[in-house]
Amino acid sequence: MAERAPGFRIHLPEGLSLGGQPVLGPTDLSLEGGRVTALLGPSGSGKSTLLRLAAGLLAVPAGGSVTKLAGRVAYMAQQDLLVPWRDVLGNVTMGAHLRGQAPDLARARALLAEVGLAEADALKSPAQLSGGMRQRVALARTLMEDRPIVLMDEPFSAVDAPTRHRMQSLAARLLARRTVLLVTHDPLEALRLADRILVLGGRPATASEVPVPAGAPPRAAGDPALLAAQAALLERLAEAVS
Amino acid sequence: MPPFLLPSPMRVASALVDRWDIILGHAATTGTEILLGLALGSLLGCLMALTLAAWPAGRRWLLPLLLVSQAVPVFAIAPLLVLWLGYGMASKVAMAVMIIFFPVATAFHDGLRRTEPGLLDLAATMGASRTAVLWRVRVPAALPSLASGLRVAAGVAPIGAVVGEWVGSSAGLGYLMLQANGRSQADVMFAALFVLAVMSLALWFSTDRLLRRAIPWQPDSLLSDQDRKVLP
Repeated sequence: MAERAPGFRIHLPEGLSLGGQPVLGPTDLSLEGGRVTALLGPSGSGKSTLLRLAAGLLAVPAGGSVTKLAGRVAYMAQQDLLVPWRDVLGNVTMGAHLRGQAPDLARARALLAEVGLAEADALKSPAQLSGGMRQRVALARTLMEDRPIVLMDEPFSAVDAPTRHRMQSLAARLLARRTVLLVTHDPLEALRLADRILVLGGRPATASEVPVPAGAPPRAAGDPALLAAQAALLERLAEAVS
Repeated sequence: MPPFLLPSPMRVASALVDRWDIILGHAATTGTEILLGLALGSLLGCLMALTLAAWPAGRRWLLPLLLVSQAVPVFAIAPLLVLWLGYGMASKVAMAVMIIFFPVATAFHDGLRRTEPGLLDLAATMGASRTAVLWRVRVPAALPSLASGLRVAAGVAPIGAVVGEWVGSSAGLGYLMLQANGRSQADVMFAALFVLAVMSLALWFSTDRLLRRAIPWQPDSLLSDQDRKVLP
């Protein structure tokens, strides 16, 4: 992906309610192209709702507008969502299979190698893989779509801490120059990967921006500035909950 | 207990050996009815489940039809089916179809309804059409549920065929049992019953084996329990 990715905007002047319950307050969120924006906040604050709106998976409420992103979005969820009836290679090429296109197997194999899987893993079934390996396959499947905008909903929350750390570094490298909206519960993950951090808080929730440490992602986890920012962000999240 | 009421196993074995050719002929008829009923009933059950999944507006009409197919006792409708379709194989196959249709349709439909929502979201962002989501996501995800329905179907398929033979037929194990009953040949009845039981077991286990091979990803926690320490 050589060109700079486009940005997008979610504009909800009257907020958003789901099932009669207000979830989001008035929101006007513009995401700059080619940058990683992390969205944090307590459970139920509407992080995933915003992401689903951007993905076109949720109807935009009356008076609101969301940049049409159909065909330009790749989505990576908390669960790996690998289908058990296709092998690893089949899962990576799932998008082409669903669109009735011929899969680019050479590219799929190259992406599997890039996320650190061995050639022999390509023909394994998802059940034969560890949690970390499954998440790598999910990342390869997301990259296989080669979309300029990537929406990630707590993508590494289900893996152990060392694997998460490695996956973050890998994602930062492979998702460079794409517009990424990363929903996460992990302040460290947001601080390592994001160019911009937004915290959702209040009822109904509204987004507010918090500063990010200097330097390009992925930032070193042991950087004192990052650790100080993590402590400040944790305080901010605690306030958002209360 | 006199042998004409409860024959000894030896007597039953002897009847089985002496009348092997006759029993085998009738078993072939019943077996054919069961297999045809299973194939046709499963096919219709799958078609009903797929229609219900693909055509939301039709659910309000088709669901009652599905329920009625099970609520009407096959014993009550059997004489009508014999009247309409004759004493031959067709009425027995139709009865087996009626019994098999419901478990297959409900189990498959249940599976089609319970697709992991995240998977549907993923498919939507990948630009999959409704047809592609149905055939390439919902259907494969529902196959373990369909397998459960097919196992139940394989277990109950002989009921439809044998009930049909009791109501009116000129061949089959049910017919043979009815004839033997009229002549107080309890040993022949038990021999026919034994063959029917063996056929039912063979059908269920081969269906189960076939389904395990065809859908290797279906979860089986009982098998994995062999490697797990199970609390008493």
